[in-house]
Amino acid sequence: MENKTISVTVNGGSKASEVEPRRLLVHWIREALGLTGTHVGCDTSSCGACTVLLDGTPVKSCTMFAVQADGREVTTVEGLQQGGKLHPVQEGFKEEHGLQCGFCTPGMMLLGAALLEENPDPSEEDVRWAISGNLCRCTGYQNIVKSVQWAARKAASEQSGVNA
Amino acid sequence: MFPRSFDYLAPESMDDALSMLAEHGEDAKVLAGGQSLIPLMKLRFAAPDYIIDINRIPDLGSMHENGSLSVGALVRTHDIERSELIKDRYPAMAAAAPLISDPLVRNLGTVVGSLCHADPQGDWASVMLAMNAEIVCRTGESQRRIPVAEFVQGPFTTSLEPNEIATEVNIPDPGADTYGTYMKLERKVGDFASVGVAIHLSFDGPRVERAGIGLTAVGPANIKATEAEQLLTGAELDGGTIARAADLCAEAADPHSDLRGSADYKRAMVRVFVSRALSAATAGKAA
Repeated sequence: MENKTISVTVNGGSKASEVEPRRLLVHWIREALGLTGTHVGCDTSSCGACTVLLDGTPVKSCTMFAVQADGREVTTVEGLQQGGKLHPVQEGFKEEHGLQCGFCTPGMMLLGAALLEENPDPSEEDVRWAISGNLCRCTGYQNIVKSVQWAARKAASEQSGVNA
Repeated sequence: MFPRSFDYLAPESMDDALSMLAEHGEDAKVLAGGQSLIPLMKLRFAAPDYIIDINRIPDLGSMHENGSLSVGALVRTHDIERSELIKDRYPAMAAAAPLISDPLVRNLGTVVGSLCHADPQGDWASVMLAMNAEIVCRTGESQRRIPVAEFVQGPFTTSLEPNEIATEVNIPDPGADTYGTYMKLERKVGDFASVGVAIHLSFDGPRVERAGIGLTAVGPANIKATEAEQLLTGAELDGGTIARAADLCAEAADPHSDLRGSADYKRAMVRVFVSRALSAATAGKAA
């Protein structure tokens, strides 16, 4: 079985490596790149802890082979902050206590960030719908929803600040 | 969990994909969205020697209407969910899309892939049975169209040959005056259907001109409720007709008792969904 050389833009930087075709994207991200913010939860496509953004779209990295990402852009939770400045969603999770154990949090934050790209002012239902593929066993989701909405307000105020 | 080792092939044209498939046949599997195939490979229910990834082939992700609706092999369930064309013209598809699995799976999982996977709990096959859709299958030399009712043969079994690729699903024009829906009972988001019912009706005035009904998760494959379809064709949707159609659908269902409910319960839910959908269709007519 022949290995493949892949080149993937991960969090803005180009990463090339040789992979076995059966290697799942999540394992490549965690083990080859050392980006352990992407978690393996259920390993059965059910929980969303392994969520990453593929060309901006949330996908389960345990249900994709690394070779499929060749030539594409992947964003992991480590890529949310920009130049040391937290993403509004990351701040929101801090402000609204959007996590307890933290295991689902990377996936939840990436879903939140992707949602805000499409819908800068999501209703509670919009947020719940967006995260409906991601399991949290601690929070009852309440504070996760609040965190994403906090981030929406924060992003909006920063935006109006820029415009003003 | 790790799938068994395989060789990965990423053709950039359909011709290349078809010649790879001609060479490897039953030892190969075609990868589109991967949201059913990859879990099966991780569990080693599937262990192909070759994966032919069709995601780099251009044009398979398009959806266009030209007398009928063509949905390419790389159209994701999410694309259906977001399409204005689908919302306006194909209400059963629009209703089904957001009920399938969860948002992350819908971002990758494809309509055609779901049909090829032929899980009796899969939702798309019921919708396509209701809409009398056909699958377009290609080899290097030939192309044929198979009605979904003949394509889906049993649990995880289709009439697709080992050297064929399903390149699109083709859905007949629904007509100007239509009603369609998909109703699904699920324990939670992302779960498979306990029961699903797809209904598509085309009207000619007050009468039903064409009726299509597909049932999910109540048999060894998705079921086309042909007796109920025949009853409804040419009929007006009065209370008696609706009740009789709902009964015929419940009789057509062949569910098993499992952790999602007893056979009796599932059959009863088929009756309820059919009755609700047809009643909603008449309410639409009255309005």
